[in-house]
Amino acid sequence: MNKRVAGFFAVGSTIVATVCILVILFGMAGMFLVQGLPHLSWAFFTEAPRNNNTEGGIFPAIYGTTLLVFIMTLLGVPVGTITAIYLTEYTKQRAWLPRVIRFAVNTLAGVPSIVFGLFGLGFFVQFLGQGVDIALGNDQMVWGKPALVWAAATLAVLTLPVVIVSVEEALRAVPREVREGSLALGATKWQTIWKVVLPNSVTGILTGSILAVGRGAGEVAPILFTGAVYSLPELPDGLSDQFMHLGYHLYVLATQSPDVDATMPLQYATTLVLLGLTLVLNFAAVLIRSRLRSRQIRL
Amino acid sequence: MEQHIDKSLVRKNRRWGEWLIEKGVAFVASLSIILIFIIFIFVFREAMPLFSSMSLEEPTVEAPSGATPKDDVVPNEDLTPEIYNPEVYNLAPASADVPAETAPESYDPNAPESYDPNASASDASSGSTPESYDPNASAEETSTQESAPVTGDEPAIERENVSLANITGTNWQPVSEKPKYGISTLLIGTAKTTIVAILFGAPLGILAALYSAFFAKKWLREIIKPVIEILAGFPSVVVGFFCLMVVGSLVQSLFGLDFRLNSFVGGIGLGIAVIPIVFTITEDALSSVPRALREASLAVGATEWETAYKVMLPAAFPGVFAAVLLGIGRAFGETMIALMATGNAALFSFNIFDPARTFAATIGAEMGEVVWGSVHYNMLFFLGAILFVFAFGLNTVTELFIKERLIKKFHGN
Repeated sequence: MNKRVAGFFAVGSTIVATVCILVILFGMAGMFLVQGLPHLSWAFFTEAPRNNNTEGGIFPAIYGTTLLVFIMTLLGVPVGTITAIYLTEYTKQRAWLPRVIRFAVNTLAGVPSIVFGLFGLGFFVQFLGQGVDIALGNDQMVWGKPALVWAAATLAVLTLPVVIVSVEEALRAVPREVREGSLALGATKWQTIWKVVLPNSVTGILTGSILAVGRGAGEVAPILFTGAVYSLPELPDGLSDQFMHLGYHLYVLATQSPDVDATMPLQYATTLVLLGLTLVLNFAAVLIRSRLRSRQIRL
Repeated sequence: MEQHIDKSLVRKNRRWGEWLIEKGVAFVASLSIILIFIIFIFVFREAMPLFSSMSLEEPTVEAPSGATPKDDVVPNEDLTPEIYNPEVYNLAPASADVPAETAPESYDPNAPESYDPNASASDASSGSTPESYDPNASAEETSTQESAPVTGDEPAIERENVSLANITGTNWQPVSEKPKYGISTLLIGTAKTTIVAILFGAPLGILAALYSAFFAKKWLREIIKPVIEILAGFPSVVVGFFCLMVVGSLVQSLFGLDFRLNSFVGGIGLGIAVIPIVFTITEDALSSVPRALREASLAVGATEWETAYKVMLPAAFPGVFAAVLLGIGRAFGETMIALMATGNAALFSFNIFDPARTFAATIGAEMGEVVWGSVHYNMLFFLGAILFVFAFGLNTVTELFIKERLIKKFHGN
């Protein structure tokens, strides 16, 4: 009897914990959906903020975020993919270099995002950017200040582990026999990778990119001082421009606005857009990945 | 004969290409290692001037970078510097919810928080590294405040600022007449919120992982696992905003608190961010425990829950431990939640219901408005260096000791 009571609590507590987490999760998502949905309108997506951010939309922030993650993907995904290729195709698991690389990737994944921000400021903005300015002989600071490209590069470094892990998984899902068949037909190693392995793992690269974009779109700390600004007179049209960002916009609206109550509808609507964007991306990645996994089992 | 030679040539060429590609791939792959080093070097490089100026008794004036800025910068109150972050001027202090008297970091508009383009520009043009600590720049900073032109040879105030006693003090007031950089206040703030976060997040994550790994039906597990992992996809600003709006009021009315935002609320927010990490890693560790252990336990008459708690959980302990460590790392370094939900006041208080300020939040809040190369700037990089070293240490411990042990335990060696 005593044992049965203990068992009841032992199992019950796990159920309670699970329910708690689900309540937090759906409570959060539901609240933003309920509060934010009435304020969404076409104008909200297409207009710039007006009247000290109490009216208007968030188009510049959406534009800036999109541009940011696009450049980030261009910079980060090739590097991540090549790293994954190296780790799966070119080395033995127990050799020292891949182990060190793996350790570095895991460390990268664990470094706090604000440290990436400092790194972006110290390395990209001040070292690379000002170096470029000196090299080009610019009188004004063009690159040596917070800019879109530096924020994107910082985020690319931040999301590198996400890409590497996803692509690696996809590469491992390609059966050995396929590689051996290609090699047996006389193809070289690189030909095998380029023509056989990579086409078979496009979904994995896609998953990695989507996950990276989802992560990158939501991160605010690394771009706080590498390029994001609160308001812009005009949209960024070059890599050295500063930009507006959904997450940063929300942060400023929620904590630093002179009239927090007046911006409340905008805050909820912005949150909903940001949350919707990242969740849709994550969901897509999960779906693609589960399809990938089921295919892997079949082979 | 000729044909034979041709063939071998082609073959050799192709191998050259292969060799080049392999080396190229290996180089790109090594970028991760290089990046870690660069992060290490650059974060520390910006923090270093703090130590060199702290250890020296004599004030050293770095001549090359000191000469130019003096000519460019007019120490005049009327000078309206280009603003680095526009919101600095027209917006309220860090958190609107904390009463003014409890927010010692509230910014004085006259304080030198504006980004001074001239200082960095001339630094760049003179070719010296902009992060070298320049007493002149700081002197100018003070001079704008006092509206009296001060020559660069008067760094007496600055010397005091970077003394060891200042750093170990209990006040964090970087933007004041006599800046104080007492990191112990921030350390306590960080520790408070991290402890709350772990106490809140880790049990929930571990118990949910147990449920998902053992007690849940298979179809339920297939749903629960990805759904909880979705929580990891919530941007931290959104979680921070949720705490700001909902958890703050909830906790305040529940405990009858003076402050809506405090380190407890911040800890809950960080805990929400910790849950998916702890859950995922614990779940993986539990699932990788060999089936034989479970079956043996059930075969000798143990019940399902006894097996789960007394056999599987101990067997997966290194993994659970790793999960908690990585959770601590996440809570320690999380910026946006801490920035939005902790109240953000640098109070020296051990009470978890007082507002607090973490390392990461301090960097996030102050870096945007600091003069590049100033003591304050170096100090913020120093905080970043602490975060980096801590994260690196946690990761090394989990990688080298725990994961290896886990692998050896289950797969033999």
